[in-house]
Amino acid sequence: MKGRGLHVYAVLYLVFLYAPIILLPVFAFNDGTIIAFPLQGFTFDWFRALATTPALHEATLNSLFIAVTTAVLATCLGLFAARAATRYSFPGKAPIVGFIMLPLVLPEIIVAISLLVIMLQLGLSLSLWTIIAGHTLICVPFSIAILQGSFANMDRSLEEAAVDLGETPLSTFRLVTLPLVMPGIIASLLICFTISLDEFIIAFFLSGNEPTLPVYLWGQLRFPARLPVIMALGTILVLLSVVLLITAEFFRRRGLRRAGLPDSGGFL
Amino acid sequence: MSQSSGLAKALRTDAGKGLILISPTAIFAMLLLAAPLGSIVLLSFWTQNFLTIDRTFTLANYHEALTDPLYRSLMWRSVRISLSVTLVTVLLAFPIAYFVSFHVRPSRKSLWLFLITIPFWTSYLIRVFLWRVILAYDGPVNGTLMSLGIIDEPLPWILYNANAVIITLAHAFAPFAILPIFVSLEKIDRSLLEASRDLGEDKIMTFFRVTLPLAVPGVLAAALIVMIPTIGDYVTPQLIGGSGGTMIANMIHAQIFALNDRPMGATLAVGGMIVIGSIAMTLVLLTRRWTRPR
Repeated sequence: MKGRGLHVYAVLYLVFLYAPIILLPVFAFNDGTIIAFPLQGFTFDWFRALATTPALHEATLNSLFIAVTTAVLATCLGLFAARAATRYSFPGKAPIVGFIMLPLVLPEIIVAISLLVIMLQLGLSLSLWTIIAGHTLICVPFSIAILQGSFANMDRSLEEAAVDLGETPLSTFRLVTLPLVMPGIIASLLICFTISLDEFIIAFFLSGNEPTLPVYLWGQLRFPARLPVIMALGTILVLLSVVLLITAEFFRRRGLRRAGLPDSGGFL
Repeated sequence: MSQSSGLAKALRTDAGKGLILISPTAIFAMLLLAAPLGSIVLLSFWTQNFLTIDRTFTLANYHEALTDPLYRSLMWRSVRISLSVTLVTVLLAFPIAYFVSFHVRPSRKSLWLFLITIPFWTSYLIRVFLWRVILAYDGPVNGTLMSLGIIDEPLPWILYNANAVIITLAHAFAPFAILPIFVSLEKIDRSLLEASRDLGEDKIMTFFRVTLPLAVPGVLAAALIVMIPTIGDYVTPQLIGGSGGTMIANMIHAQIFALNDRPMGATLAVGGMIVIGSIAMTLVLLTRRWTRPR
């Protein structure tokens, strides 16, 4: 009886969680410039308008460049730290790892303004690379969290066996360790890519005259006439995020299966 | 010679290898986190003198931040909104975490968690903007309530104020609250619940005397994870808050960009960090005191 009440609540809660996202395609296909009910009819116009907005294409390319670079950098840095934290014990380990994970619990605005202030004081000009630096900083903790799981799940005797059989540390890493943590690496790349693609505050503070997609979106939100196009863009972005997430989840589960472990839940 | 071979030997130990391996990431964090944080602390003790920055050490900014009623009210409002969001989010999230942990078949749990986390990975800006649509004067909430005859005219209190900010943030941070609570509930040894029932407690008392105390670490983690970023949120107050819902982050942004007073912006940011830090510490200490073995 109590379980049933909770079940109803859980379903209502999911409705609350999904309410904004369900509205997105509704207005993206609505043939009216005002984002309000009642709906006016069905149209593809807003999606067509996306194809003929050069500023949007530029912002998208900037975002993709930033997201790919961030994903690679953050995952590399995450690999070093996760490997060090799971395999070795060394003095100052807890404070060092804790400090690297700090951006996870720091409000983004603090990260954004402190980076902005130091760049301005040093006289560095803002560019896509300043955004990449900021995004890498906030993505590294996520990468470490994912990769630490992969390294911890790995049976260390496999590496020892490879060394006993005459492999060098480097070839052991390439032939044994890397394939075993590969699902974690791919999951980390995808998660960092998704975080960077969506991140607004740091990009907003650190972008010079080259906006990212969220910064461009932010500018457009002021113009009511542009809103249906934003809805169309939002629909595409949501679909993209969902596809990326399902892919990341697929690799995570495959990693667990390879390590022969039961599935214990999602990413975070 | 002997010194360098000693160093080489030290580097071959586990400790040395670990330190070398973590150094790229640690150096990166030092350069991009420690140095910038240090620089805003430094900047907060300087002052803006029209176009140049006066580098004499002074507490003037802090004095202004503490005495100017505008800064005080913004900081107080940020704290109040953030604590309300934390309370609402954790209260709404607990039953969900409990449901998934105790009432969902183990094979279906990761599906539920996946469903809960998907909305969180979609564009934050667009999600916040859509709440403006949902809560709007002519939006679906007012429309539905009016067509059902519950209200006669659109509710004035749901958009462009602190309430709207709370609703939107409670939505945005839901998964952050659910996951830590879920993890702590999963860790509870189910035989403890059986023991409690065998010893004569009913279901409700078992929940309050066994399940809830054991879930406290997760609830605390959830509260901190929601509270810390919401105090510094910029987008939601800007889009949804109207004039009655602006928060400290909007003021920091205004100081740095519109008013070109970087030292004051830095002071407010440092002040914000101090406030967040002390609230977080208080929360942790109170919980520790409350849950320590008696």
